[in-house]
Amino acid sequence: MSGSAAILLSILIPLVGAGLIALNGRNPNLREAVTLGTAALLFIVVLTLLPEVSAGGRPQATLIEMLPGLPLAFEVEPLGMLFGLVAAGLWIVNSVYSIGYMRGNNEKNQTRFYVCFAVAISSAMGIAFAGNMMTLFVFYEVLTLCTYPLVTHKGNEDARRGGRTYLGILLSTSIGLQLLAILWTWQVAGTLDFTEGGILSGKASGAVVGILLLLYMYGIGKAALMPFHRWLPAAMVAPTPVSALLHAVAVVKAGVFTVMKVAVYIFGIDLLRDTGHGQWLAYIAAATILIASLVALTKDNLKARLAYSTVSQLSYIVLGAALASSWSVIGGSMHIAMHAMGKITLFFCAGAIYTATHKTEISQMDGLGRVMPFTYAAFLIGALSIIGLPPLGGSWSKWYLALGAAESDQIVMIAVLMISSLLNVAYLMPIAARGFFLPAPHSPTLGEPHAASVGAAAAPQTRGIREAPMFCVVPLCLTALGCVALFFFADPLYRLLEPIATP
Amino acid sequence: MIAAHLPALQIVIPLAAAPLCLLLRKGDLAWALSLLVSLIALAISAVLLSQVLAHGPISYELGGWAPPWGIEYRIDVLNAFVLLIVAAIGAVTIPYARRSIADELPESQLGGFYTALLLCLTGLLGVAITGDAFNLFVFLEISSLSSYVLIAMGRDRRALTAAFQYLVMGTIGATFIVIGIGLLYMATGTLNMADLGARIPALGANRTIIVAFAFLTVGATLKLALFPLHFWLPNAYAYAPSAVTAFLAATATKVSIYILLRFFYTIFGPAFQAEDLTLHSLFIPLAVIAVLVCSTVAIFQINVKRMLAYSSIAQIGYMMIGVSFDTVTGLTAGMVHLFNHAVIKGGLFMALGCIVLRVGTCQIDDLAGLGRRMPLTMFAFVLGGLSLIGVPLTAGFISKWYLVQAAIELDDWVVAAAILGGSLLAVIYVWRVVESAYLRPAPENAPDEVSEAPWSMLVPTYILIGASIYFGVETSLNVGVARAAAQFLLGGAG
Repeated sequence: MSGSAAILLSILIPLVGAGLIALNGRNPNLREAVTLGTAALLFIVVLTLLPEVSAGGRPQATLIEMLPGLPLAFEVEPLGMLFGLVAAGLWIVNSVYSIGYMRGNNEKNQTRFYVCFAVAISSAMGIAFAGNMMTLFVFYEVLTLCTYPLVTHKGNEDARRGGRTYLGILLSTSIGLQLLAILWTWQVAGTLDFTEGGILSGKASGAVVGILLLLYMYGIGKAALMPFHRWLPAAMVAPTPVSALLHAVAVVKAGVFTVMKVAVYIFGIDLLRDTGHGQWLAYIAAATILIASLVALTKDNLKARLAYSTVSQLSYIVLGAALASSWSVIGGSMHIAMHAMGKITLFFCAGAIYTATHKTEISQMDGLGRVMPFTYAAFLIGALSIIGLPPLGGSWSKWYLALGAAESDQIVMIAVLMISSLLNVAYLMPIAARGFFLPAPHSPTLGEPHAASVGAAAAPQTRGIREAPMFCVVPLCLTALGCVALFFFADPLYRLLEPIATP
Repeated sequence: MIAAHLPALQIVIPLAAAPLCLLLRKGDLAWALSLLVSLIALAISAVLLSQVLAHGPISYELGGWAPPWGIEYRIDVLNAFVLLIVAAIGAVTIPYARRSIADELPESQLGGFYTALLLCLTGLLGVAITGDAFNLFVFLEISSLSSYVLIAMGRDRRALTAAFQYLVMGTIGATFIVIGIGLLYMATGTLNMADLGARIPALGANRTIIVAFAFLTVGATLKLALFPLHFWLPNAYAYAPSAVTAFLAATATKVSIYILLRFFYTIFGPAFQAEDLTLHSLFIPLAVIAVLVCSTVAIFQINVKRMLAYSSIAQIGYMMIGVSFDTVTGLTAGMVHLFNHAVIKGGLFMALGCIVLRVGTCQIDDLAGLGRRMPLTMFAFVLGGLSLIGVPLTAGFISKWYLVQAAIELDDWVVAAAILGGSLLAVIYVWRVVESAYLRPAPENAPDEVSEAPWSMLVPTYILIGASIYFGVETSLNVGVARAAAQFLLGGAG
């Protein structure tokens, strides 16, 4: 299969899948089979692109000329390859998990859920493989819109309010700031193609670069740079599989991926370094890392805590772009994969706990670790990976980020990274510790197993293991193993990403 | 030989068919005739546009009288484009109107309705096609008078006051235009627009010309509802029958903008208003206020039709921003939006008409739960709304792209920010409807039998909504023709 066909197929396959899912709404088993089949097929197609890209090839495809000089065009480079692989690969695991979660909780409108999910993946592929900023922007907006029904899935007052924040922030930043930045870039540079070394170098200087960078960084609301991060906690009203794949992987990673793309291919690392505008961006990112971690400490709701943790971790990647050194860019890009694997595990665990016990607050989860040992073990591994301890994947990206900070003489940033790791310990480890070591609360109202009246809800103080459905537990074990695997097989990742930092 | 007379047929066929509709009396027969006529008009306008694009402007001497004595129909890229818009909207509205109007009007009025609709179509096409200033006024009156009748046919009794309000304002506008034309005739001795265009520069900016210009400008801006001369529009759109709203919203104000362009560029020449009078320093602030204020007002409407009407005034502001920039990009942007907005707003009003047919009202609270009960209609509304906001892959995005680009070219950052700010306000008013339809349960006392709209209404709705997506992806028709027209206007007369 040629490169360009694979690119177009990877966008088309989830869309066709969405159509088939919609047609099979009356037959849930067939519908889920379609989802899984589509996900597997997509991953294989994306995988076929890997050898060519690793060998230095840049497969291209052009769809249609939307505006004169601005086609919907695609080009796969290492960063996009990485993002594409992460999103497509985790979609398979997440689909398995979705089946367990959605059925375990008897959610309504499951067909709409799977359809929107497939469309979201399609647009994530479009973002990953976009060949110019225009194409990226198009899919960026589609991703915002097709995830809105997922965020508001429950359809109650909370969902409505969450959806409003979600759409309000994401659309207003992208239309108000990012689109303006894109138009300005088009005016200044005369092109929007992603080009090695950047398209703005030599075309813009001084204050213009600074203002453009500001417009881009805050315009890419999905990167959740403070103070435009509120949408991410708001999105937590969605069912957990959505939070897991979209709001820990696809959507937020689309944001930081765009940040990386803009930094590397629109501005160019050299321009950012030479003009010194990366400097203040690094401080904003550092502030976001620390403040979001502190906020996470105060949250008792597990998903809210994880959401703020995501806000904090996303800024690692922005920091990688802002430091504008080859190590930091590699570290930041690697963090896309490392954080994705770790955070999806944590969200899977949160969803599994909810499915099994209907608990959402951390303070209610004492002693659960002994009832759900697999879930809690996976949680521990995911948490350690986020913290950045070997032998887990997260340690590599932090390592390279710290190297990058040293390379650009930003010793403060090394300190920020270290403090952040400590904060991660402070907000993640208590969850696991409470689960394993604290005694379960003795509240009779929660414990009585009223003849399966609560469905899958199991009481923590009943002896023995009461895990969530298999469809929930197996995926989270797989992603936990993935965190370990990423530590030992980080080398291919590094080799894949090397060209973007050393043009 | 018939091909040579296409410009005349464009007008004569609907004009001749209009009284026939009244004679036919039976609603369905009148409808069938109107449909046939509207399709012929569309075909003719398409042929004319392709001829103009291939061979340049067409001049047609009505009755064989040579201009400047006789009336000339003169078709260049600009008005061929407008003709196509008007004829296409007509051809989509009439199939839609059958069910919608049969529900809103008594059988006895149907013949009269189609007569008025065809007359309105004739008038709008005539305004666009003619090359004679006085003839333009005549056609404008034909279209205006028939649209007062159409609006007054609304089921709500407030339609009568709305029509009366529009009648007063429209008549003032038309009178201003005829005064302006009279003054021009006094100064130059001709009514042919090309002839006027040739003679006025020689006269320079003398007082008669300036006064004529002022009358024409105010008259045209009244008709196109530029802020603050827009007060007739919300009521007229809100209380007219649904099909009429869709038709007028997509055509009447667009044709008025065409009149303004024609006056500015063909008769007075771009130098006159841009350099001698610096009119853009007046128009751009007004247009920006229109965008921001009317979008904000739209947010607070509880009647969705009124909401879209205020949105229309804001969108007219966008067109005027583009037109007032006096650059190729700006004019292109204005005209692209003229086209795109016709398609988008036509589609949205049609979707709303489907809701009115089934639910009976279009108060925002009555839309609760409709996402489930009328999924196709509401989905069309959402797509149209996204296009109105200017989300990528929709026509609205293309408009915004060119508008902001035109503003950036002139380093006009305030206007660029206002254009994007207007989009954000659009998000709010569109999303109020979406939330009501999808995220609120249907009211307890809601009629159970609310079901999807009939196909005869859904298909035209989806044609326009589909077009608003299509022209957001494949832009060679709307952008290409608009750019050719912009270059023609600036290059031809400058």
